Amino acid sequence: MRVLYKRLSLTRLRTLSSYCCRWGSSRSADPHVAIVGSGPAGFYTAQQIIKGHPTVRVDIYEKLPVPFGLVRFGVAPDHPEVKNCIHTFTQTAHRDRCSFIGNVQVGKDIKVADLQKAYTAVVLCHGSSNDRKLGIPGEDLPNVLSARSFVGWYNGLPEDVGLSVNLDCETAIVLGHGNVALDVARVLLTPIDILAKTDISDYSMDALSKSRIKKVVLVGRRGPLQVAFTIKELREMITLPKCRTVIDLLTLSSLNENIDGEETNTHTVTIENINELPRPRRRLTELLYNAAVNPPEKYTKIWNDATREWHLKFLRSPSEIVPTSSKEGPEAVKFIINMLEGDDDPLRRKAVPTDETDVIPCGLVLRSIGYKGVPLDETVPFDTSRGVIPNKKGRVDGFPGLYCSGWIAEGPVFVLAGAMNNAFATGKVVLEDLGSSKLSSENKGGKDAVLSALQQKGVKTVTFTDWEKIDQAEILLGEKAGKPREKIVSIKEMIRVASSE
Amino acid sequence: MAASLLRTVCRRCILFQASTSLKTKAHGLTQVPLVTAYRGLRLQNGPLCHGEYEWQDPKSEDEVVKITYITKHGTATQIKGKVGDNVMYLAHRYEIEVEGACEASLACCTCHVYVKDGYFDLLPEPKEEEEDMLDMAPFLKPNSRLSCQIILTKELDGLEVTLPTATRNFYVDGHVPEPH
Repeated sequence: MRVLYKRLSLTRLRTLSSYCCRWGSSRSADPHVAIVGSGPAGFYTAQQIIKGHPTVRVDIYEKLPVPFGLVRFGVAPDHPEVKNCIHTFTQTAHRDRCSFIGNVQVGKDIKVADLQKAYTAVVLCHGSSNDRKLGIPGEDLPNVLSARSFVGWYNGLPEDVGLSVNLDCETAIVLGHGNVALDVARVLLTPIDILAKTDISDYSMDALSKSRIKKVVLVGRRGPLQVAFTIKELREMITLPKCRTVIDLLTLSSLNENIDGEETNTHTVTIENINELPRPRRRLTELLYNAAVNPPEKYTKIWNDATREWHLKFLRSPSEIVPTSSKEGPEAVKFIINMLEGDDDPLRRKAVPTDETDVIPCGLVLRSIGYKGVPLDETVPFDTSRGVIPNKKGRVDGFPGLYCSGWIAEGPVFVLAGAMNNAFATGKVVLEDLGSSKLSSENKGGKDAVLSALQQKGVKTVTFTDWEKIDQAEILLGEKAGKPREKIVSIKEMIRVASSE
Repeated sequence: MAASLLRTVCRRCILFQASTSLKTKAHGLTQVPLVTAYRGLRLQNGPLCHGEYEWQDPKSEDEVVKITYITKHGTATQIKGKVGDNVMYLAHRYEIEVEGACEASLACCTCHVYVKDGYFDLLPEPKEEEEDMLDMAPFLKPNSRLSCQIILTKELDGLEVTLPTATRNFYVDGHVPEPH
């Protein structure tokens, strides 16, 4: 036991010493790399660069006082195991050659071009912070929300804390067939005692505990073969306690049609055709099909006791969100029914409108049709239509020393493993360039100049040690509430805790 | 006493009790004396509380299970593992580039490997959760497995696993994303 204490204090000492040298000056000949954004893309890029270079110093800039981006603010509160990657990120942040510099809004507090003056290389990893809009009447009504904001709301993202969410209605419509759509549907339908044990924000817990929502309808513009969600998330919905799954029967004909070009009725024939699909799509389609047509007892057992339900509807594009007479929110969503056309590959078929329409009544609409990146400032090239920074292998076109990785480089397309691969690949490209004569570290002093400029501007930066104080405070708060943590949701309070002794 | 102390200092056990129990089941931590569990705490850059078993050397030749990792660059590293070792945590011990973001809780696919013919069929069938995660793995092949779900047995002596080559094509089914 004494040994344990010794080891603990050793660890603490090391942390302390690394903290001290972190803010000290360093030799200017060593390359300095700035990373903008501390989500998975940022941390995995940092990890790769530090591992692959003996003397490089990496500084991770973050807009908020707290790190980890979408791992903290995007991953659903009932998926704590996904957040385990935080441990690896924490190890990276503890490295002597790595600093976390939080509460700095690159683009506003400091321009990207100014970072480039201080750093050998700058890697932009700030993700996709905006979302796509539908562009239909009624989109700006109260209680017609972006799923991105709704996720931010239940996850305690400071900018979404004040979101006005009214759950005093029976039906919610989620527009979109991706994992975010399933996440928001699941949070709306999960029994409150399960959510209570997660790190969900306390105010959203309060609102959800009073929710009258009984039914969530997920509507997508294409068919079952084109859904973007993945199998784990679908299976979770199908087996969600006290919740029934209802998959649109119209699905069936479109499913069969998509697979072999003509309608078939027997289960076996369809499954046989499903076998020709790539494995992930095949397993997902099988699960959809079985849940719709031939649910096994393990599912029906759950569904029989259900007090809530979710519907999965296909081939519908929203055309208008109809307001209530008082215009206080939506009353229904009007849809145009689509058919699929085009490509021989069923997975790539396009939705084409028909003359038929449909109306689904609701009191809440969540739009979940994709995220979109926004440029940090005018010094960075940007492809506004795709919402990404134009790049080749992570190198920003025409800007030596500027790189990007993650969603801002590729679009909001992959989950953790993909983000990791992309970040590692970009990290390798940076290492390659650091090793060549392409980049010069001459007069690139790293964070010292940046920090003093920020200080002059009155920006209060947050170190990783400061974050660990916030982390401890949140865990303590959570213990009282029987949760893994109670997130601090105000930036002011985060800074206060970070500055405390 | 020791156990409760460990619990108070090990934040991840408090935070992630659900996944911890999964992990414990997954690689037989119950047999590990607690003393060795402390060893993780000492290593600032190594695993903290999980993966400790893999840090024990085999006690006898009977326990040894040889395993070869083939990295992204094609280099082969042979390691003397032992019965009960988790192939992902074992790779961590020998600094082989296998990630393991979710720490063996079946919530990601970052420890994806290909298992050599002849050994693939010796492995127990993957659980549904593992299959679901494999579906999200870049460059999925018929012999893909999550290395965190492979526990060494004597039968697996000579096992060979290959790490997938990372490139920029993330899509398992050749799907190309398009805007809505």
